[in-house]
Amino acid sequence: MSVVQPVLSVRDLRVEFVTRRGALKAIDGISFDIAKGEVLGVVGESGAGKSVTGSAVIGLIDPPGRIAGGEILLSGMRIDNLPPEEMRRIRGKRIGMIFQDPLTSLNPLYRVSEQLVETIRTHTNLSSSAARKRAIDLLADVGIPAPERRIDSYPHEFSGGMRQRVVIALALCVEPELIIADEPTTALDVSVQAQIIALLKRLGREHGTAIMLVTHDMGVIAETADRVAVMYAGRIAEIGPVRDVVQNPLHPYAKGLMGAIPSLESAADRLVQIPGSMPRLSAIPPGCPFNPRCPYVFDRCRVERPEPIQQSEHRVACHLYDQSSVRSEAVA
Amino acid sequence: MTERSYVEVNDLRRVFDVSKPWLNRVLEGGEKQYLKAVDGVSFNIAKGETFALVGESGSGKSTVARMVVGLLPPTSGEVIIDGISMSSRAALAERQRLRRRIQMIFQDPYASLNPRWQVDQIVAEPIRAFGLIDGEKDIAGRVGELLSFVGLHPADGKKYPHEFSGGQRQRIAIARALASNAEFIVCDEPTSALDVSVQAQILNLMRDLQDRLGLTYLFISHNLAVVRHMASRIGVMYLGRIVEISNGRELFSRPKHPYTRMLLDAVPDVGMTGRQRIPVSGEIPNPISPPSGCTFNPRCPFANERCVAEVPPLLGGVACHAIHEGRLGIDAAA
Repeated sequence: MSVVQPVLSVRDLRVEFVTRRGALKAIDGISFDIAKGEVLGVVGESGAGKSVTGSAVIGLIDPPGRIAGGEILLSGMRIDNLPPEEMRRIRGKRIGMIFQDPLTSLNPLYRVSEQLVETIRTHTNLSSSAARKRAIDLLADVGIPAPERRIDSYPHEFSGGMRQRVVIALALCVEPELIIADEPTTALDVSVQAQIIALLKRLGREHGTAIMLVTHDMGVIAETADRVAVMYAGRIAEIGPVRDVVQNPLHPYAKGLMGAIPSLESAADRLVQIPGSMPRLSAIPPGCPFNPRCPYVFDRCRVERPEPIQQSEHRVACHLYDQSSVRSEAVA
Repeated sequence: MTERSYVEVNDLRRVFDVSKPWLNRVLEGGEKQYLKAVDGVSFNIAKGETFALVGESGSGKSTVARMVVGLLPPTSGEVIIDGISMSSRAALAERQRLRRRIQMIFQDPYASLNPRWQVDQIVAEPIRAFGLIDGEKDIAGRVGELLSFVGLHPADGKKYPHEFSGGQRQRIAIARALASNAEFIVCDEPTSALDVSVQAQILNLMRDLQDRLGLTYLFISHNLAVVRHMASRIGVMYLGRIVEISNGRELFSRPKHPYTRMLLDAVPDVGMTGRQRIPVSGEIPNPISPPSGCTFNPRCPFANERCVAEVPPLLGGVACHAIHEGRLGIDAAA
């Protein structure tokens, strides 16, 4: 553990969804930290639990979902057990959010100026004219041309990319310590996506904001994140510096995932194929959840859950890297 | 052209009327408004080849796909498949025979399969519609064969679409496309709704089927890396026009058109962690009132007066005045 306190610290978090057929474990014991100014990418396929992790941190898990265990610490303060009213004050002030669809995260009936000023005044004691001035500065900061004029537009008058910039401005309003960006570029075209990625990176650097970037797009992570966590079936399969994980993944799932992405540089004849698909929450296999699809599976994987093992700068949850386990097969 | 291509698309255009209703126009004033979704697109596809159209949203690539399969009549221009014009009124019978050989795979495998039908009914529908096989037993045999062809179990035919995952549904859609012994398959973003590991499975399956059955694909996608992986020739679309058309290796190693270069530069690629990118400016303009001349001119760093005034023709595989004039130091034909 480093001496500097991380902005966000998640310890053994568990999230369950209670259904008639029992509790489904959407998040099953994950731990990670995000330092000041750091971008942590959370990557995984649908159903891996990456968005639920984001919602858990900002306290927006709706019933029947609930946090079943673990701790979430924001700059050392525990926030997972706060009463809703206190959590509401932290949300927006200390944690900002950016969602996938910019059209649904803005109120279509209010001008952008009203939405920005309202948010600023809720969390600070600025006068309305000072708040408006701050809103204009924010819009300029996120790269909206002619902000003094554009601020009085309605959300539908902006294009998709511009709308996402407004949402980012809204998240930055009161200089939060942490921003959770859930698929911020998925709804955008490539050329606009590149602009938004550059913007997020710059803002993180300039404001020292910690960013948790949830996405399924490995390319976005490779461009933006400092560290990356690969999630599978509610657990972190591998976490480490982005360059290492992308270029030299250790976990068999991470290996398959990287190989499955078609590349621009070379036209491989065939893509690496992971057989099967992500298990449903109601049927997560015992032991390592990846074992039915894993090419290196051995007996221990089917019975015992792998705990994260430190491998240089990575942490990887795989029995192959446990010195005490007998390897049935060498890793290629 | 020495040899006739399997698919020929000549100067295809499609205009949509997006005017306000008549009464509103009378009361509030305002002209009729038209949206040129596709504005003079031509390309050829050889038999057994994969041709891809790539572009951002609003570039008209899906409209081209729909016109090629005949789901949407073109405003002008024609589609000729295997020597038969899809728009001529004369060859009706021939055209109907041709229809069997053209199939489409759609983006959303949740919307393109009838939720009330069992999978074997879905896959058997083209067989019944075209009267390809007589006798229920033979049809069932063929359906089972098709399902195992795409990596499903013949017994899966008794299930309903909701019992399958996205990737499996896309396999069902492929089986349905193959049911009529199709030769030419138009794939409109077939893997955009899928996760990467599942996308890899479907792309591999599509290539295997092409090798085994000699299929011809028109592949529509916004994902450049997927297109790079699948296509032998690629057309890049921008606001209803093809701005560059080239073979895959050429396009990705030496892109010519400023838009293609910008697009390639914008793609976050896993391999290039830490690489500096040239910032991209602007967004696709509103297609109802596109810029004059070359539609890319407001975003182009090389634009001059001619680019604003005159539409560049597609010469040597690229539609750009700056390249034709040699201003960029690249030869169009090279």
